[in-house]
Amino acid sequence: MTVWIEVDLCNACKRCVKTCPYGAVEMKDGKAHILEHCTSCGSCIQVCKPKAIFTDVEPKAIPDFSDRKGVWVFAEQRNGNLMPVSLELLGKAQELASDLGQDVSALLLGYKVSGLCKTLVEYGADQVYLVEHRALKDYRTIAYTKAVEDLVAAHKPNVLLMGATHIGRDLAPRVSRRVGVGLTADCTELAIDPEEKILLQTRPAFGGNVMATIANRYSRPQMATVRPGVMEARHHPGKKEKVIKQAVALTEKEIFTKVLEVVREKKKGVRLDQARVIVAGGRGVGSQEGMKSLFALAEAMGGEVAGTRIIVEERWLPVERQVGQTGQTVRPEIYIACGVSGAIQHRAGMLGSRYVIAVNKDERAPIFGVADWGIVGDLHEVVPTLAKAIKASKK
Amino acid sequence: MKIIVLVKQVPDTAEVRLDPKTGNLIREGIESIINPDDRHALEAAVTLKEKHGGKITAISMGPPQAIDAVSEALGMGADTGILLSDRAFAGADTWATSTTLGKAIEKAGSYDLILCGRQAIDGDTAQIGPQVAEFLGLPQVSYVYDIEKVTKKSMVVKRRLEDGFERVQCTLPAVLTVIGDMNHPRFSHVGRLIDACKEKARINLWNAADIGVQTRDVGLEGSLTNVARTFAPKFQREGEIMKGDTAVVVKELVAKLKENMLI
Repeated sequence: MTVWIEVDLCNACKRCVKTCPYGAVEMKDGKAHILEHCTSCGSCIQVCKPKAIFTDVEPKAIPDFSDRKGVWVFAEQRNGNLMPVSLELLGKAQELASDLGQDVSALLLGYKVSGLCKTLVEYGADQVYLVEHRALKDYRTIAYTKAVEDLVAAHKPNVLLMGATHIGRDLAPRVSRRVGVGLTADCTELAIDPEEKILLQTRPAFGGNVMATIANRYSRPQMATVRPGVMEARHHPGKKEKVIKQAVALTEKEIFTKVLEVVREKKKGVRLDQARVIVAGGRGVGSQEGMKSLFALAEAMGGEVAGTRIIVEERWLPVERQVGQTGQTVRPEIYIACGVSGAIQHRAGMLGSRYVIAVNKDERAPIFGVADWGIVGDLHEVVPTLAKAIKASKK
Repeated sequence: MKIIVLVKQVPDTAEVRLDPKTGNLIREGIESIINPDDRHALEAAVTLKEKHGGKITAISMGPPQAIDAVSEALGMGADTGILLSDRAFAGADTWATSTTLGKAIEKAGSYDLILCGRQAIDGDTAQIGPQVAEFLGLPQVSYVYDIEKVTKKSMVVKRRLEDGFERVQCTLPAVLTVIGDMNHPRFSHVGRLIDACKEKARINLWNAADIGVQTRDVGLEGSLTNVARTFAPKFQREGEIMKGDTAVVVKELVAKLKENMLI
């Protein structure tokens, strides 16, 4: 399998160079040229206006999946409590299901968890598939995989979504390999292609420097995990519940793992995901001392303080206050970025904020590109002044 | 104890920058490194070997230059290395990658434990460990940050959760994916590293035929997911930039916040 360029047809527009996700096309003597590390992905072929790029890769046949129906959400519960991301996914699932003309189901696995069905229905599930078994009390990879596998085999869903939690990211790949389907991790956007009616799964790639939309054409269900905090939950109180109970045959011997102990460590009182206002510090804060004015501003606005990876690495803030690709995803009403340059890894965690305010000395800092209001100036002056002004405005 | 460690060579994404004019990725001058989580997996393997004896095999899939990652693994303490390199492997999603790695592990012989990093910094999927485990029909524990107890047939490990941790007992052989809290990876031993880069180094190069896979099962052709399109992350906002005297611009901002009923 190869991709090649007919140089006579190339008009040197460089579209292919820009499009190639692998950096495998370059300009040489005024013509595009494909490099050794090309993966034959075909991205360049689609954007080439003069049709100068050719391939001998035959398109794979797409099987008929017309019998695959329904958008499923894995409803993750721990110790009888639903994870918020599951409700967020149900919110998105309603949209996807309506675009497909199909319905939404929640998968609830556990032991004595039937009380959660009502919540799942109120948050958008048309029905709940409930599997209860003593062996499902604690999350265990193989036990849960078996239960999901059985459900998928019995009901043939079209889409299966899971939250990208430590459990979802353990279960989803295992299930995908078990049932023989592709899986896209940590999506930030999901949509149905209006023509092909497939799930378009968008996620950051290359450390967030590029966004990639992934299609899962060759297998069903189309599986994706989604990070907590990205989608919005929708509550429809009073909806009537519909529960379909399923049995699963499980023996301890085939599960291989045993949870000896689950230890909940006390949260240190930080709930960035629920803060209305977040004041975030970046490298420009300069010192532990510099964080103080951020805390004062957060207090004046009734918010929380967060930071970039650098701030956490410098130990000016604990890790549970980190926002970004390796930290948390947040979507407050107001996000105030102070001395944050706005590296894509950080932006990935805060783009869902309703309003973004940026304070930075450097006018060229990328954070200004995602800000509603930007102040070019020294945060050590601006932040205390702003805190005072806000306090004064409340009087 | 026979341990297999899966390592990936990745671009150091912390160093990745965008060209301010074109918005394109600047690839020149970006160093390739062993994926950070995989270094923790290697360190865990070497620690286990020091305690319990045994043999470590490092396996990597990648272009020919990924041999540097395997050499470094040998430098850290792996006994042998295998580089899976073939044009047919290129463009693989995690399905095709786990097929390739799974087949290679089957060929590499018996083992008690497979270690790998939780996720790679270039893809961040965290899928390879579990998918390889499923391919081989082994139990898995992911997000492991401590190995408490090892016996012939099982081990007890600590697995990190968002709100705490679990102590999990797992039969062997098994796949563990490890996170950064696990340990502090050692640097390569210079003497070992020099040996690892010599021609007689114990690194095997395997291609698709060596591990007995068809082109249609691996790489782009064997993938179940495909990139439909890529694009630069959108700048979503047309920001209003204020400059000048601090007192004046702050007043302006507070007025805007009031206007939008935010305070």
